[in-house]
Amino acid sequence: MDIILQTLPQVLVDGLTLGAVYAVVAIGYTMVYGILEFINFAHGEIFMTGAFVGTAVLLTMSSAGVLGGLPNGVTYFLILVTAMLFTGVLGIGIERVAYRPLRKAPKLISLISAIGVSFLLQDIVRFIADIRTGNFVVTGISLYGGNVKLGISSWWGGFDDAFLKTNTIIVVVVAVALMIGLDFFVNKTKWGTAMRAVAQDRETASLMSINVNKMIALTFFIGSALGGGTGVLFAQQYGTIDPYIGFILGMKAFTAAVLGGIGNIRGAMFGGLFIGVLEMFSSANLSIITGGVLGGEYKDVVAFLILIAVLIFKPEGLFGKAVKEKV
Amino acid sequence: MRNMWQGASTNWLNVSKDGATINEGDDVSMKVKKLLASLTISCLIIGLLSACNSSGTGGGASSGSGGGDLTVIKIASQSPLSGGSAIQGESIKLGGQMALEERQAEFKELGFDLQFVPYDDQGDQKKGVANSELIGADQAVLAVLGHLNSGVSIPSSVVYEKYNIPMVSPASTATDFTDRKLKIANRIVARDDFQGPAGAEYAVNTVGASNIFVIQDKTAYGQGLAEAFRSAAEELGATISGYEGITIGEKDFNGVLNQVLSKKPDFIFFGGMYAEAGLIVKQAREKGIKVPIMGGDALDSSGMIDIAGDKVLDVAYSSVSTDITKSNQAWADKYKEKFGKTVENYSAYGYDSMNIILDGVKKAIEEGEGKLPSREMVRDTIRATSDFDGIATKVSFDDKGDNEFAKVFIYKFQTATYPGTLVSEIEQPK
Repeated sequence: MDIILQTLPQVLVDGLTLGAVYAVVAIGYTMVYGILEFINFAHGEIFMTGAFVGTAVLLTMSSAGVLGGLPNGVTYFLILVTAMLFTGVLGIGIERVAYRPLRKAPKLISLISAIGVSFLLQDIVRFIADIRTGNFVVTGISLYGGNVKLGISSWWGGFDDAFLKTNTIIVVVVAVALMIGLDFFVNKTKWGTAMRAVAQDRETASLMSINVNKMIALTFFIGSALGGGTGVLFAQQYGTIDPYIGFILGMKAFTAAVLGGIGNIRGAMFGGLFIGVLEMFSSANLSIITGGVLGGEYKDVVAFLILIAVLIFKPEGLFGKAVKEKV
Repeated sequence: MRNMWQGASTNWLNVSKDGATINEGDDVSMKVKKLLASLTISCLIIGLLSACNSSGTGGGASSGSGGGDLTVIKIASQSPLSGGSAIQGESIKLGGQMALEERQAEFKELGFDLQFVPYDDQGDQKKGVANSELIGADQAVLAVLGHLNSGVSIPSSVVYEKYNIPMVSPASTATDFTDRKLKIANRIVARDDFQGPAGAEYAVNTVGASNIFVIQDKTAYGQGLAEAFRSAAEELGATISGYEGITIGEKDFNGVLNQVLSKKPDFIFFGGMYAEAGLIVKQAREKGIKVPIMGGDALDSSGMIDIAGDKVLDVAYSSVSTDITKSNQAWADKYKEKFGKTVENYSAYGYDSMNIILDGVKKAIEEGEGKLPSREMVRDTIRATSDFDGIATKVSFDDKGDNEFAKVFIYKFQTATYPGTLVSEIEQPK
């Protein structure tokens, strides 16, 4: 028990970081589901594309020699915005080409189309990265590589100090800012209202002179831009990326979206943070709790068991009730 | 091919039937268009088929009767040319290619055209096995150089055994690779069950570690190595305070490292590939875990520096390969000049393996009095290799295909440059 408490601050810090990444990616799944009622399985790959675009811009800037002249903060902002714009437009393009023609078709068809898009993106990125660097596992430049020590042990002796990268703070701050911004946009602005109207009833919304196609494109833009931006945060946090990072992460973010109640944006945020902390906690403590029977490698089993349990007792997800009236 | 023709012609019939039901002169252009389209498609299909066919028979012919006077002998290589281990995989391919090209003239005199066919196994067992089937089907291939990963070598060797194609692996260390006593499986490097104990000896006796945390990646290679290390370290009197698995492809290993933090070990051993090892090292140092970290031969790559950067200091790795830039600089320079790439340690082992294969082929040719040897003959002459003196290692195969002269070398990154500094050399017990 003591050991668990000792590492708790570090576990929470790491878990919340990972959870923030899951949460923002989960929003992309949930928004598309909310408006089209179909799961955009290519979203994990959009996240991955964002990570690659950000890293590519960074590496290009570095080889062009502009990196030294700019403060790190400006560079960070630049790559973040570039990646978000790129993936946002990519999202609109995917919707236009792969999903809109199939909107009247059964949902299963769009799902297959989404899986196709996700393979396509993986291989395109792999192809380009392979040509440019000779290896598709790409290691970027860390803008904020420094470490911060949180003197938590001075609060209470049972805790150990926690270490975190400077970048961790940026990840959390940017992720939270994105989430708050989105929440405001969806709930308080005219466009957000229109989006929610389309999500609630597409046909009636179109009768109220809302341009449904435009709203769906906007949803894809925002969801994909959030995913791509998170990709940049991820690349900065972990340093190394490959074209397959989107798959596992996408699966977990999707789980987070379902856990929070798919279609519900706040639910997705909560689900992401919850899964992140849970994963980190079980990975660090599972073998201590089970006395060495189950190792940390079973962390995903724990997360999915909880998901199954939640779905059995509350099939609409934790925040599912709010769906009908809100989004 | 006949099927395709039938398909195409029924299509064409359908079109004309459709056309007949429409009034004459009505959509003639449409009819023509449809006809044209189906014709084009059938032409394309036939073209493709015949192209495939001709290349197939072409390959067969040159191996059978020989293009000109020379009989073709192909030596295949299989290693990951893309993916996480691409750097090492390519170095094996290039080393083999270099040896083969150097000896092409020698084989020409014997009346054979020596050819090199590299395959990319992507470090994936499914791909490796699929390639093996292709290699087996090509009768001109007499031997295979490869693979890198034990996890790919083992399933692929079953296929080679079926076709009697001998393989010489310059890097696969898993015990199962030779312990199944296949006639075709050989390796010139040390076994895992020795690499693990050698690592343990270094950790306990040289570094003086008493409380060791073991992490492994749940692959045949990583887990085998970690288990061998764990039992050897326990025998030497160290405590294993944790034994954890990670998932390949993930980027966040903070969970397992938090557990390391709580156990406060004085040594960490990792069984797995450099892509994960680099991240683990980096994330451990960022958390303030400063103890020495050690891994197996998979960390023997410049990729470690790319990923972990200057945090790689105080990381040791056991390796089954020697530092060729120290022991044979002239050869390393020649390699660099030829390929424009820095020599990796496995380049030399690829080179040696290829020479063993070619020696075996040559001996088989001599035994068969100048005729094209069968795969079975080459398999037996390669297994009979003894006292081969290569640039990287001496080789004698025992009855299982293990090298009696294999050694394990311990390296340590003392600066953030690859390769690390050789700190210890441990000979395999006979």
